[in-house]
Amino acid sequence: MTLAEPHQPGAAPAPGASPAVLSVEGLTISVATEAGLRPLVQDVTFTLSRGETLAIAGESGSGKSITSLAVMGLLPPNVRPTAGRVLLGGTDLLALPESRMRAIRGDRVAMIFQEPMTSLNPVMTVGAQLIEAIRAHEPVSLREARARAIEALDAVRLSEPARRMGQHPHELSGGMRQRVMIAMALALKPDLLIADEPTTALDVTVQREVLDLLRDLRRETGTALILITHDMGVVAEMADRVLVMKDGHMVEQGPVAQVFEAPREPYTRALLSAVPRMGSRPPEPAPPPAAPVLVLRDLVVGFDAGAGLLGRPTHRVHAVEGVSLTIGERETFALVGESGCGKSTIAKAIAGLVAFSGEIEVAGRVLRSQADVTREVRRQAQLVFQDPAAALDPRMRVGDLVAEPLVIHGIGTREERRAKVEALFERVGLTRAQIDRYPHEFSGGQRQRICIARALALNPKLIVADESVSALDVSVQARVLALLKELKDQFGMSYLFISHDMAVVDSIADRVGVMYLGQIVETGTREQVFGNPRHPYTRRLIEAVPVPDPDHVRPPRPREAREIPSPVRLRGDPPARVALRDLGDGHLVAAG
Amino acid sequence: MSDVALPEPARRGTLARLTRRPLALLGLLLIAATVFAAVFAPWLTPYSPYEQHFDGLTLEGAPLPPGGGPDGAFALGTDLLGRDLLTRILFGARTSLVIGIVANGMALIVGTLVGVTAGYFRGWLGGLLMRFTDLMMAFPALLLAICLAAILQPSLWIVALVIALVNWVQVARVLYTETTSLAERDFVQAERAIGAGHGRILFRHLLPHLLPMIIVYGTLGISTTVLLEATLSFLGIGVQPPDPSWGNIIFENQTYFQAAPWLVFFPGMAILALALAFNLVGDALRDVLDPTQRARG
Repeated sequence: MTLAEPHQPGAAPAPGASPAVLSVEGLTISVATEAGLRPLVQDVTFTLSRGETLAIAGESGSGKSITSLAVMGLLPPNVRPTAGRVLLGGTDLLALPESRMRAIRGDRVAMIFQEPMTSLNPVMTVGAQLIEAIRAHEPVSLREARARAIEALDAVRLSEPARRMGQHPHELSGGMRQRVMIAMALALKPDLLIADEPTTALDVTVQREVLDLLRDLRRETGTALILITHDMGVVAEMADRVLVMKDGHMVEQGPVAQVFEAPREPYTRALLSAVPRMGSRPPEPAPPPAAPVLVLRDLVVGFDAGAGLLGRPTHRVHAVEGVSLTIGERETFALVGESGCGKSTIAKAIAGLVAFSGEIEVAGRVLRSQADVTREVRRQAQLVFQDPAAALDPRMRVGDLVAEPLVIHGIGTREERRAKVEALFERVGLTRAQIDRYPHEFSGGQRQRICIARALALNPKLIVADESVSALDVSVQARVLALLKELKDQFGMSYLFISHDMAVVDSIADRVGVMYLGQIVETGTREQVFGNPRHPYTRRLIEAVPVPDPDHVRPPRPREAREIPSPVRLRGDPPARVALRDLGDGHLVAAG
Repeated sequence: MSDVALPEPARRGTLARLTRRPLALLGLLLIAATVFAAVFAPWLTPYSPYEQHFDGLTLEGAPLPPGGGPDGAFALGTDLLGRDLLTRILFGARTSLVIGIVANGMALIVGTLVGVTAGYFRGWLGGLLMRFTDLMMAFPALLLAICLAAILQPSLWIVALVIALVNWVQVARVLYTETTSLAERDFVQAERAIGAGHGRILFRHLLPHLLPMIIVYGTLGISTTVLLEATLSFLGIGVQPPDPSWGNIIFENQTYFQAAPWLVFFPGMAILALALAFNLVGDALRDVLDPTQRARG
């Protein structure tokens, strides 16, 4: 794709707006390589007023994070700004020495990162870290810093802030940790808060809470917010203005409503059209009933945890607790749910990677324990993992990796296998010339194509796709989803599609099962579950999905972060099984 | 991230890529020189390593400095018994190489087998193997060596065996940890999911990842084994005099260190050079064998 010319900043701030908190002018950032300076970000210009939210949107490698790190003065050692200015209330931050920059960081400009667990020190209590952050910038007494810290935790709506002060990061849930990070960032009342993918690592309902919180806090404090995200839904909900970046260039900048309604640049249009939207797929006639390819009957997977006296386990993780489902031929069944609900464990059980009880029937073969998952069964059910970079052995050539299932199952001669691999490569949109390369020489989307080719090699009846498109950029994601649909039609396979992303599921699934704490709480066709959700948890999930439409109005519902119920229970205390009630036409909902 | 291909780097054989690195080339040359010296020692020197030269000592009975003797016949001087030092170092290279390669090779094989088996299969077998490893680790290495040497008649091969018995423990420990973390990685799970057997996972997928670590341990181990051999020789349970080894040359002559420093300096330099050479080659091999590093040549 050709690079679009960067546009000048959109219309001047609305009349009556306060002066700019931050103004970035012609910022160019380069990395020093052996071949000289290579620009990563070129000529980025924007301004931000008090209380305004600017979203910097773009796919991976677009330079959005580098831009924010430059504002913070936190660029890696071999990367530096080579042109332009970053003015914070009249001071050029790029010209400041590190010693003065350190005083500004945290005090006037604060930042929150994607992964709250790695941003917090695991061996210090939350309170100690907050107090340290406050006292690093303001000469207040310990008592006063403590009071301010509790106030900050209260402001981010954490329950029992005084008790949280004495807790360590691992005692908090992901959403609570991100709230602590926000509390730490806002404790010093900065002029500008930079949030780099603040909700990407969080579950959708938790993301909802954090987004609501950020919006409320901005209203209360008037802090200007730069939100860096790849999620156009988050952009539409949160931002006043949006700056779209691609390959280090500004593609388009303007008010959110304008950019979403009438994008000027082809790239913005392509990006917006690639975003999966809930309810955008028209209802389709239900496929005729077909022979079942996968049947789960009362599947149970559990792990022992904790060690008491003499190393006896004290707790049990009830990962999957009595799940039953049926997937017919040429059917896509999607399991949705939040992290820890047991959806990936089901994939592992089918692949024979964990011990299970209950029954799994794959292509007519009934399996009653892990030992029954033989090579022949694995031939019928193939797994595609979430992270293609991790799922491919980095020391093997991709052609050998794709041929490996054939070698293991003793299919074909060397030449036949090579021909098959070449055909598979072309089928998934790669070229023959790439067969002898190593996985690291491919992009994320290409690697997932390789994983798909590998899964296809044995002509399986069922492909279990465990979050297989979650790690990909939206435009790549859209293309991989399209490939999966094509392959289904061509080879007549069935998919068990596991995802936390409701919009993606809505775009690909025929039938859906919603999982919560190891059990299915609602299942039915896509139209039934998404069009007429009956279980409160399903409704909460659907409501939580950010909608890529700035006109979408959402009732404000600030909620306190609570402790999330856990599938880890004392031994001998199994969770209560939910009973599914049939509402007609196979739409099953948990009672109560 | 775009969906387009990245440029293809040039491909070459492992040895060719190794020799393009100047330090690795230096290491290879040093190792080659040592092997050459060990193999062709009888033709490289006119003397026997056991021959005590009448003119190899001063009138006071002190060893000759380098270049001493009639017409500078003893290039590196003589030792305290009037034997030619150069000859003894050349023949000593045989001992050191045999100890370094055989003892270290045995330690690596045993350590890898135990560590990888325990780390991959875990369970009761892994527990048993690692507890045995802990037991060996807790046992003083030198005491074990002395006991073994006392039971068995000291000889070059026994010394190699003793050193291997002492050294495999660290290799097993490190490879155990590495294997347990590797076995949890997605690509190993993916192999199991397509039906790969234990043998394929172990040899085609785990071992290539462990190889760099094995190589680094192997090369580091060469220097420690040469030194351990020297220690054992000093205690009288290693290579038996009058057979030369770099270790026992140093220890035989250490009392003369003040008066005749070359007696310790030259064999010391030989040990240093050999250990360094193996380390350089090992470092370079680790990089060359990693395909993600290959673009750098």
